[in-house]
Amino acid sequence: MLLHDFFSDTAARLPDKTALICEGQRYSYSDIAQRVNTLAHTLREGGVKRGDRVALFLDNSVEMAVGIYATLMVGAVFMPINALTKQDKLTYLLNDSRAAALITDSALQSIWAGSLAANTSVIRAVIVGDAASELDVLPLSLVDRCIRYPTKLVDTPVISEPATIDCDLASIIYTSGSTGEPKGVMLTHLNMVSATRSVSSYLELNEDDIIICVLPLAFDYGLYQLLMSFKVGATLVLERSFVFPIKVLEIMSQEKVTVFPGVPTIFSLLMNLKGLEKFDLAALRKITNTAAALSEEHIRRLRALFPRAVLYSMYGLTECKRVTYLPPDQLDIRPTSVGRGMPNEEVWLVDDAGNRLPNGSTGELVIRGSHVMRGYWEKPAETAKRLKPGPNPGEMVLYSGDLFRTDDEGWLYFVARRDDIIKSRGEKVSPREVENAIYSLVGVQDVAVIGIPDELLGQAIKAFIVQRDGFTLSEREVIRHCLSHLENFMAPKVVEFVTTLPTTDTGKIKKSGLS
Amino acid sequence: MQDIKNSVRQFLLDNFVMGANAKIADDVSFMKAHILDSTGFIELIMFIEDTYHVKVEDDEMLPENFDSLVNIEAYVARKNAVGIDT
Repeated sequence: MLLHDFFSDTAARLPDKTALICEGQRYSYSDIAQRVNTLAHTLREGGVKRGDRVALFLDNSVEMAVGIYATLMVGAVFMPINALTKQDKLTYLLNDSRAAALITDSALQSIWAGSLAANTSVIRAVIVGDAASELDVLPLSLVDRCIRYPTKLVDTPVISEPATIDCDLASIIYTSGSTGEPKGVMLTHLNMVSATRSVSSYLELNEDDIIICVLPLAFDYGLYQLLMSFKVGATLVLERSFVFPIKVLEIMSQEKVTVFPGVPTIFSLLMNLKGLEKFDLAALRKITNTAAALSEEHIRRLRALFPRAVLYSMYGLTECKRVTYLPPDQLDIRPTSVGRGMPNEEVWLVDDAGNRLPNGSTGELVIRGSHVMRGYWEKPAETAKRLKPGPNPGEMVLYSGDLFRTDDEGWLYFVARRDDIIKSRGEKVSPREVENAIYSLVGVQDVAVIGIPDELLGQAIKAFIVQRDGFTLSEREVIRHCLSHLENFMAPKVVEFVTTLPTTDTGKIKKSGLS
Repeated sequence: MQDIKNSVRQFLLDNFVMGANAKIADDVSFMKAHILDSTGFIELIMFIEDTYHVKVEDDEMLPENFDSLVNIEAYVARKNAVGIDT
């Protein structure tokens, strides 16, 4: 079974069913299949081969969904990239992965044009956008590599030769690393098929479901809404974001949405809205939360707001997609637990020496299953820290880097991360990546970035800066500089200027005393 | 009133957009052009409330009112015309 077989099977079984609703347009499974086929031809004719990486730098859109499946159809590896990514990072991602193709939008040209100019691996850039957009003003060096997104549909099927097998890579998803350099999580078809099966089975998703997705498809839980919906033959209502909650609520009511996946920041925004009762959300029967734990207060308020919906608390990491879920009937008994391992997976805790710990202990969570990644793209040292030999010969298991405790019955509770990665709005932020961006600002002598508690964001990003003599940067200048070099969620919310930063005996900046 | 688009444009350039060639056309969607995300919109709404002495209700937080300079101008004009919180 390959990841896109789920979609092909559904398209053959339910061709006329609505697969996707996006920006007011409805697409049936056969509409999507035809678009996928057409784009697959474009990629193939552009020279994309089995195993090549195809970067998808797009907002949530029908083209993003189509791009994922078209890439898989030609045996290539899709790389979803958050549309908030700025030029320097996009260049890094294209160069690091040596992407052969880029699918993007003319609205993002100010970002990708510079990245393409600094990249030689991309042989074909496929640009979504109206005919009047600015493609014609590209420098000559880029014109040859750029073509418009195909709109004339093609029926002849694309055949992947040689055929893809399930240990081939399906996707590389970049995630923040504590070194500041993003790491590409390599996932095979088998990895993603296993995760899609397990998660959709415990959530009991079926073809009557109407799933709303406000999370970016470049974020793995957003991506899995598409993968699971197309597997079970449900309808996916794809929204660009949760920037205008009222708009999303109107659509949820109008489309009678049954499943609402989110992260704590989204649920916080929702609960702070006045007039929520105006919207008829009676069809909603499942709310799923991931990325960070909901507080007990938020759980209570969410259940009061949506008494007919069951709430799933979950924990996962890109390296294997999902680890645990709490069955909704356990929520009253152990509200702060993230549950237990999902189907077809084994999890346990270990001490520092790697020994398995009994129930009632605290230790690092280890994950075993066919959903565990193949490693980080071309980063063997980083891979070795996370993938270690498992119980069977040749088998690798995933060391999560997260500390958990178990209760007497083995239910898991998140304790802390072992690295200094910050979680803000459900996104992982590497302090080092933010510090590197701030160091590039003239006038900065030293900087230390930490996460501080924030009611809406989970953690907010705070930067402490020592300025060089004669410079007087403002907080806003620093934030604006970060907004133009980093994804928006990585920009500090607070900047404090200090005269010195605490250091260790070896002269490294010590963050433990900062707050 | 004619200054609304220019003042909001300046606010966005001062706070969110870098680069010598940065420009924001009157009808560009802040969301589609990735000028603002959810917390950026919250800052923009606070700026509009403070500068134009209007109170933005939750159910007015819509792209039709805030997702471009022309939409903001029309929204502020409408609010002031009905005399709410002016």
